Amino acid sequence: MSSAHTLQGFKRDGRIAIVGASLAGLRAAEALRGEGFTGSLTMIGDELGEPYDRPPLSKQVLTGWVPTDGTKLPRRRDIDAQWLLGVPASGLDLATNHVHLADGNEVAFDRVLISTGVRARPWPVEAEASLDGVFVVRTRGDADGLQQALAAGPSRVLIIGAGFTGSEIASICRERDISVTVAELGPAPLVGALGAMIGDVAADMQRAHGVDLRCGVKVTQLEGDAQGRLCRAHFSDGSTVDADVAVVALGGIRNTDWLQDSGLAVGVWGIACDSGCRAFDLNGLVTDDVFVAGDVARCPHPVYEYRFISLEHWANAVEQADIAAHNMVNAQADRWPHLAIPAFWSIQFGVNIKSVGVPTFADEVVVTQGSVPDHRFVAAYGYQGRVTAAVSFNNAKWLDHYRKLIETAAPFPPPCPTPDQPVDAKPVPVDFPGPVLLSQGATVVVTGHDPSERHVTAVRTHR
Amino acid sequence: MRVVVDLSRCQGYAQCAFLAPEVFRMHGEEALMYHPNPDDSQREQMERAAAACPLQAILVDQLNERDAPAEASPS
Repeated sequence: MSSAHTLQGFKRDGRIAIVGASLAGLRAAEALRGEGFTGSLTMIGDELGEPYDRPPLSKQVLTGWVPTDGTKLPRRRDIDAQWLLGVPASGLDLATNHVHLADGNEVAFDRVLISTGVRARPWPVEAEASLDGVFVVRTRGDADGLQQALAAGPSRVLIIGAGFTGSEIASICRERDISVTVAELGPAPLVGALGAMIGDVAADMQRAHGVDLRCGVKVTQLEGDAQGRLCRAHFSDGSTVDADVAVVALGGIRNTDWLQDSGLAVGVWGIACDSGCRAFDLNGLVTDDVFVAGDVARCPHPVYEYRFISLEHWANAVEQADIAAHNMVNAQADRWPHLAIPAFWSIQFGVNIKSVGVPTFADEVVVTQGSVPDHRFVAAYGYQGRVTAAVSFNNAKWLDHYRKLIETAAPFPPPCPTPDQPVDAKPVPVDFPGPVLLSQGATVVVTGHDPSERHVTAVRTHR
Repeated sequence: MRVVVDLSRCQGYAQCAFLAPEVFRMHGEEALMYHPNPDDSQREQMERAAAACPLQAILVDQLNERDAPAEASPS
């Protein structure tokens, strides 16, 4: 597909398959049509129904304001696609360019976009996970079940894991005046994403709103009654809590299992791709016809020393989908790199938390403006003397300023841009807990000695 | 009617909450909560809110919704 002639033919009547029909897949499909692709477009998705937005599921839907089926994504244009929904993809054959589906069907393509996203990490003990009252929150169906359980007025809700989703659900419970216990293995909520300083602020916020927050503990057992309903949870410190609802909020698992034998560079952190969203194969060679976008992509970023970064951010899915779509129907010389600075938001306990950049790519953090006790401030993150991220609590209007600092590698600590400079603006170590997941799952090893026979083999461990 | 707000762009100016209070609500000082599927009777207010957003972060469905569900039915 290198000559302009072939590219024109492909744009006119080529075949594109999009595997993963959620936010990234839908936006890419719209962008492909916007770019003038008039060939056949097949949307493959494991969930039934039209693509829907997920962030409201842990917020507006759980408060009971918005019905579960009320988050279908608005369309920017008609995408004139064939939809194959309700059946997951089970394999990708790059020798013949086919997607295999779990029901035995297959879809031929000239180019494919992989946007299969992540699924909720389930509670590891199956018998306990299947107790009545134990939920994860990722899909519309998950949110529906949990919303009904909350509406039924549970005596207490246990949230396992105090990341963004867990903290947001704890906030909703308090809004609905439901007693809630939050169990977090780390030293504070949000600490894995934002570090110890912000973690302490998040912990204060939860406790001030009446959350029974227990950090540094692991839930060791979920106990059911004779009817198979959750009734109690046991903790690693020997304590217990009685609860009739538990929400397992332990993050996500990237949906890459179906690509195990595809020959692509696939692992727990997603599918490696270049900044133009083209997938790498196992040998680290870039492919021509396989593209990746959204939560399942793992892509190098020049601002962050070209390290591969996996992001589960709404805005990343949207931006990457546009880049991938553009590059799927344009020649090498016209391709776009995905260089957007990551951005994220979370709404909890009445506070708007937003971040720009990569907070985990930092060694120091400093409050640059506002007041931490008032929960209205900005903290800047620095790595080896330059600004790499910023987090705001109820101060979103300033984040664009920090985005520019990140893009220009401005010196850290940055000066306060407003008169409300905090009195004790001293950088402190950022203090992230070790990435516990790094030791899990598939890895890649280099084998062979002679450079001509050197190749890479995927080694899989059972999880 | 379907709507989505790019909350990573939203800076909490609350113009939408004034123009379409049934659809957009402020939660605390600057966090926005919105209804992603408001009643069709809200269309005029919605379109005003989308036009007034200083960050242009509000996307209202561009398709005639009668056509969309048929397209998406599993085959």
